[in-house]
Amino acid sequence: MQAKKIILIYLVILCIGFTAKAQDTTDLMSRLESEMEETTNYATATFKTTRLINGHTIENVGKHVLDVKISHRFGKINGGGYQLFGLDNATMRMGVDYGVTNYLMVGIGRSTYQKTYDAFLKLKILRQSKGKRNMPVTLSYVPTVALKTVKFEDPTRQNYYTSRLYFTHQLLIGRKFSEGTSFQIMPTYSHRNLVSLAAESNDLFALGIGGRQKLTKRVSLNFEYYYQIAQYKLTNTTNSLSIGFDIETGGHVFQLHFTNSQGMSERTFVTETTGDWGKGDIYFGFNISRVFTIGKNR
Amino acid sequence: MKNLILIAAIIVIGTATVTAQKIYTKNGLISFYSTTKMEDIKANNNQTLSVLNTQNGDFQFSVLNKGFHFEKALMEEHFNENYMESSKFPKSTFKGAITDLSKVDFKKDGTYNVTVKGDLAMHGVTKNILVNGVISIKEGKITASSKFSIKLSDFNISIPGAVKGNIAEAIDITVNCKLDQKM
Repeated sequence: MQAKKIILIYLVILCIGFTAKAQDTTDLMSRLESEMEETTNYATATFKTTRLINGHTIENVGKHVLDVKISHRFGKINGGGYQLFGLDNATMRMGVDYGVTNYLMVGIGRSTYQKTYDAFLKLKILRQSKGKRNMPVTLSYVPTVALKTVKFEDPTRQNYYTSRLYFTHQLLIGRKFSEGTSFQIMPTYSHRNLVSLAAESNDLFALGIGGRQKLTKRVSLNFEYYYQIAQYKLTNTTNSLSIGFDIETGGHVFQLHFTNSQGMSERTFVTETTGDWGKGDIYFGFNISRVFTIGKNR
Repeated sequence: MKNLILIAAIIVIGTATVTAQKIYTKNGLISFYSTTKMEDIKANNNQTLSVLNTQNGDFQFSVLNKGFHFEKALMEEHFNENYMESSKFPKSTFKGAITDLSKVDFKKDGTYNVTVKGDLAMHGVTKNILVNGVISIKEGKITASSKFSIKLSDFNISIPGAVKGNIAEAIDITVNCKLDQKM
């Protein structure tokens, strides 16, 4: 009787042991998993590419990645059928961007519009993250210098080389709110050495806002708006407003958009936009981006 | 009284045998490889979690999808954004067991071919798989490795027409875990 009892107890213990054993592997695994989740998780792909429409996004190209960008802006849509709604005229910008590191990219470009060369760098200062380290936004700094090489309006006056130079500084503060929705704000300061009227300010300020909403995994709807601070804006200029689509196919990103700005470097679209959406001064345009990886990343 | 001691002894022995021998690693390696005429795509994740119970053969793996690193930054972005949807499905796991554990003598150096059966869960799909693996023991150090292939369509991962030529339909997966931690 006693022996039977003991055997029974032993069996019960064994059974408990077995179930505990099966549980053990899973327990240990979930413990390891939770340890792992304590690491920092960075937000990635806040935007599809490094440009929103005209201006920059908080995205950088990866280390050792070369991004060739070709952008077109056609003429005004209100040119009518005679101008084939603007398609008769086009300005373009050709440029290359390069990722020095994952945090620093540099780029150069040349626009047919006012025969402008531009160069910029983009430095990622903060990265949006969750987990061990929490950071609500990504912050980037983008200084741009532009060299306008079109002939001086007034060749009789003494013109300096420095009069061709324009400097723009932007802070980009962006956040990926969800898988498909991202926003950013872009405080912008632009300095010009030469102004056309004595009353005009050499220093101009604007505040940009932009965002994207993914429509499908590979298509997103973007918008971008730059509000110029009234006392620091050039006369007869308007605020730049653009809407467009990003379409991604493998290594390419196509951006198709409508904008009231003709220029494609910061200084031109932020401070020198003259188009008025209400009057149909809308330019259709596109950016094509193709990336190449140079050398091994990892 | 005698009986009590006996029971106590049995309990001690009983619990001693059920204290499972688990070995694990936090930095195992899982790689995958896709090869087509257009391009080869390879990614490694060297933060693979793996737990093996040497007593009953329970074998589990877990990886964070964002932990796979590619040669090209854009490949990594597309992998997470378009194919694995890593924000929605952050982990891929395998829960199963070695079906022929008796073949393996964990106390003796050697290479043992085993079969592992269980559920592979990724991209929101769980599929029962059976793969061949190797347990090799050298100077008491246990390494588990395996090579197998999975079809993307089985896991609801669709490849758009534009890049069909670049990504293989079946992906080769290599597992190599040194289970050097004990528990």
